[in-house]
Amino acid sequence: MNQPSDPLLSIRDLKVHFFMDEGVVRAVDGVSLDVYPGQVFGIVGESGCGKSVTMKALLRIVEPPGRIVSGEMLLRRTNKKGAAPDIVDLAKLDARGQEMRDIRGGQIALIPQEPMAAFSPVHTVGNQIMEAIQLHRNVDKKEARAIALQQLKDVGIPEAEQRLDAYSWQLSGGLRQRAMIAMALSCNPALLIADEPTTAVDVTTQAQVLRLLRRLQEERNSAIIFITHDLGVIAQVAHYVTVMYLGVVVEQGPVDDIFHNPKHPYTQALLKSIPSIDMTARADLPTIKGSIPHPFNRPAGCPFYPRCARFMQGKCDKEIPALLAVDDRQRVSCFLYHDQPAEAAPVTASVEAAL
Amino acid sequence: MTTPTAQGSNDKRLLEVKNLRKYYPIKKGFLRKTVGYVRAADDVNFFINEGETLGLVGESGCGKTTVSRCILRAQAPTSGEMLFRTGDGATVDLSRLDRKALSPLRSQMQMIFQDPYGSLNPRMTIFDMVSEPLLISGMKDRRKREERVAELLRLVGLRPEFMQRFPHAFSGGQRQRIGIARALALNPRLVVADEPVSALDVSVQAQTLNLLLDLQKRLNLTYLFVSHNLSVVKHICDRVTVMYVGKIVETATAEEMFARPRHPYTAALVAALPVADPRIKTGNVELPGEVASPANPPSGCYFHPRCAFCIDRCRTEAPAYREITPGHFAACHRAEELNLAGMA
Repeated sequence: MNQPSDPLLSIRDLKVHFFMDEGVVRAVDGVSLDVYPGQVFGIVGESGCGKSVTMKALLRIVEPPGRIVSGEMLLRRTNKKGAAPDIVDLAKLDARGQEMRDIRGGQIALIPQEPMAAFSPVHTVGNQIMEAIQLHRNVDKKEARAIALQQLKDVGIPEAEQRLDAYSWQLSGGLRQRAMIAMALSCNPALLIADEPTTAVDVTTQAQVLRLLRRLQEERNSAIIFITHDLGVIAQVAHYVTVMYLGVVVEQGPVDDIFHNPKHPYTQALLKSIPSIDMTARADLPTIKGSIPHPFNRPAGCPFYPRCARFMQGKCDKEIPALLAVDDRQRVSCFLYHDQPAEAAPVTASVEAAL
Repeated sequence: MTTPTAQGSNDKRLLEVKNLRKYYPIKKGFLRKTVGYVRAADDVNFFINEGETLGLVGESGCGKTTVSRCILRAQAPTSGEMLFRTGDGATVDLSRLDRKALSPLRSQMQMIFQDPYGSLNPRMTIFDMVSEPLLISGMKDRRKREERVAELLRLVGLRPEFMQRFPHAFSGGQRQRIGIARALALNPRLVVADEPVSALDVSVQAQTLNLLLDLQKRLNLTYLFVSHNLSVVKHICDRVTVMYVGKIVETATAEEMFARPRHPYTAALVAALPVADPRIKTGNVELPGEVASPANPPSGCYFHPRCAFCIDRCRTEAPAYREITPGHFAACHRAEELNLAGMA
């Protein structure tokens, strides 16, 4: 897809560490990414890869003992009444301050994984959506109710008027997830974070929710950061994909390149290990040896080297590979590609020039 | 692997479920009067041949867990027969046996659970957990039990030295291997695997699936593989049964089910599956509304309010579950005439 020149969000070398009694867990350890308007930006990774913590950092809701250690999170903020957009570094804002509270929900909204846990069971769905609207928009209660009703209709909830006064536990899983999406969209955020939005729902509901998100994104031209561990889902919804492993980005690129020309050994192995349609049934699946290390036993050097089929002794276990561009589309953090001089400029430099 | 189909003679059948029903009463009011029933399993019919893997597929609330719990007699069915061929060749009806008569049969049917974190007791060592079934079945000699546990751990790809450790020392994939070792301790013939890989990370799912396939070959195991993940089911199962609101809607070989589904619900499930290839666009399935409630199912065919192929007959008359082509069963009035798209 054609990317407009200015990214909506630029994360630069973000580090979020958790300072536990037992030691420091480097949950996010140098993540850089750019999200453009109108883009579905997929983040895929397994448990402990830091995909959810990155998003919590973005919303400034990392709980202690976690802390943003370093890095920038530059959000291009659209201001009301045609003022020129300004760029704000979310990492520098006061997490409890009014400015961050305006951004949270207003500019960046979150669709959480578990809609059952995200809605309060003692307030109606409508009241919760109206509260969000009244916090971020200058409207009275009656207008807020009308907006909330329209939102519920937009996400395809039948009998929206009755549902507005229903409690979340009276709705089915699919409707609850739709109501959550309606709430996230109620303040027209420029950036929507969907954190595993379909993990808790069934296959047919998942297809409905994914289609809904795609339609809403196209209609409103907002950007979506879509977090999942499901490679099938990411292939179907994302334009651009970031693959994470143990707190670092291992590979970034357009979805077609990631799935048809993966560069990093982890991406390659992960794609081979899932049963595909054209695979011989009951044949042995190619596996990745070992398992994801415990966060306290993080390997030195490249975090993937103990499981990597192309591990180079003395290199991968000593140094940490930087995320470098291998061509004009893909970026990989792997020493296999570091000796190629072609355009191997560090990502940070090229993007700072674009900003 | 060639698959025995429905014509396979009856002596290949390890388990045959006939007209299985499990109704849960809905009780209301001060006197707890029964006001209705949740039909979690309603006239379920299928069979499993020895040494094969039957996939049991469906969305949450369709009754797949109820059926597997009835087979293991963790619950007593409301009615129906479950004919199980025991190790010595006799056929018994599991639904009629009482606690005492069941106890010698329990060792022949075991279960692998979904959640490797919830299914292992954090206060017991691996040895205690894997050897508990051995102790109950009368293996009093601790050294013998230790030998057997070591053998089991090697079988599932874990080091026997690990047996004195507690579950917290193991990763999700390793815990699932421990659960598998425990299930295999008494040499079962039928293993019910309830979503055995869905709680695992993608990179360890493949290892676990390979292990299950390998163990099946080595130990001639029969699996009832309960799952909602169709790509895994397609890979691992010989035949597949699809459930919807307590009823079986379709049964066929895995290959045929995905290439040529006969029930619109199966076709929708296949079409909804997100394929890990951005060049193949899936998910364009029109399946309006929600899964019906088993406490208050619609008239006629339970699927008709959501079905794109619904005709008047579907609203009034429940379709018979019948053999459409050899080995391919479906419960749809229009199963013969519809030409539903499968997977490319």
